[in-house]
Amino acid sequence: MTVVIVDYGSGNLRSAAKAFERAAADTATAIVVSADPKALKAASHIVLPGQGAFADCKRGLEGVAGMTEALEGAVIGEGKPFLGICVGMQLMAKTGHEHGDHQGLGWIDAKVTAIDAPAGADPASFKIPHMGWNDLEVRDPSHPLFAGIGTGRHVYFVHSYRILCERPGDVIAEVDYGGPLVAAVGRDNMVGTQFHPDKSQATGLRLIANFLDWRP
Amino acid sequence: MLKMRIIPCLDVKDGRVVKGVNFVDLIDAGDPVAQARVYDGEGADELCFLDITASVENRDTLYDVVRGTAEQCFMPLTVGGGVRAVEDIRTLLLAGADKVSINTAAIARPEFVAEAARKFGSQCIVVAIDAKALSPGKWEIFTHGGRRGTGIDAVDWAKRVTASGAGEILLTSMDRDGTREGFDLALTRAVADAVTVPVIASGGVGTLDHLVEGINEGHATAVLAASIFHFGIYSIRQAKAHMKAAGVPVRLE
Repeated sequence: MTVVIVDYGSGNLRSAAKAFERAAADTATAIVVSADPKALKAASHIVLPGQGAFADCKRGLEGVAGMTEALEGAVIGEGKPFLGICVGMQLMAKTGHEHGDHQGLGWIDAKVTAIDAPAGADPASFKIPHMGWNDLEVRDPSHPLFAGIGTGRHVYFVHSYRILCERPGDVIAEVDYGGPLVAAVGRDNMVGTQFHPDKSQATGLRLIANFLDWRP
Repeated sequence: MLKMRIIPCLDVKDGRVVKGVNFVDLIDAGDPVAQARVYDGEGADELCFLDITASVENRDTLYDVVRGTAEQCFMPLTVGGGVRAVEDIRTLLLAGADKVSINTAAIARPEFVAEAARKFGSQCIVVAIDAKALSPGKWEIFTHGGRRGTGIDAVDWAKRVTASGAGEILLTSMDRDGTREGFDLALTRAVADAVTVPVIASGGVGTLDHLVEGINEGHATAVLAASIFHFGIYSIRQAKAHMKAAGVPVRLE
């Protein structure tokens, strides 16, 4: 098995790669961090990380010649299992509305918008980013990604924007922060987490292991 | 529900923990990576390294520590101390830090915060503020370990760096730091109520009740402590159990 973590200049991928290596410790799995679209050909699993602003990440992805096409081919065309993390998940949406309006990959019928303080909330007490550990409400407990990870488990979030899905069926898990926010989305062979499984200790490593075991 | 965070901080000099303690089963108390692993196992919500290495030449020892920790602890790691340029931030992030804290350099050149946030995203830019009380309700920012006043008001500065893109404030009371008398709650509340980003309360923790006060009375969403954890007075687990009993939402798993 070969897991390719797509490197398009967004943040530090070293610790993400280490988390995948740890989760895959018992299997003959190669973890490859690569900026080469051709690497996706050999991939059994594909991971798209991302941190920072939606537009910067999209621009970064487009800055790697052929990467968007290679992702489309591998994920949509060949149906390889795909995991988007944080902004990598948000990029699965059709549009992002952070510092202007931007096109996403359009794989999930969704848009990415700012987290709003709930009506009547004191703005100073409702902190943005949503930063820290929050407990999951798993909407699709049968999803292989959440095997052994039930409602109530904590994972680490840090984000100021959130994904809004048009189809409720695409929402795998939610989290409560001033109201429900999407914590995980997916359809077919693709999933995305708003939280950082690579920063979520044992629960995160379990989710990564589940992803590596996934044969959609 | 979002949980309040408990963040143990390790002071690191030339790659070694300055104020270490002999944890049970810990072979080398001065090894930051080993200590980080202990905190990880106890359920710390994040880790913080403060580098107090004096010479630039020895900075590489810090990068080794960050690298070693990131390979073994799968939790958020903030690193601060001596961060002066975009290149310092890049090196720390590449070594495995998730967030970088900026202090003196932000005061020397305020546009540095905006540059850093633009380059790496607000989520990884923490601005550390060291403040001393001038009069009731007034705090001044100090640099160089509290020796040099700046004339800048702490609350104004917090608002300014937040507007520039800081994603979090690490607020330390110089009056309380090392005293074990508890946080400066008035300072913490003044800053936390003035900004929309999370505020980490720091400086003065001596008891577990102080941690509760930082959240409930200081309005911080995270509490940082060094010595009570370093010296093994309390474990992270004890701290969390105490906070939970006091009604503070914390993660216990």
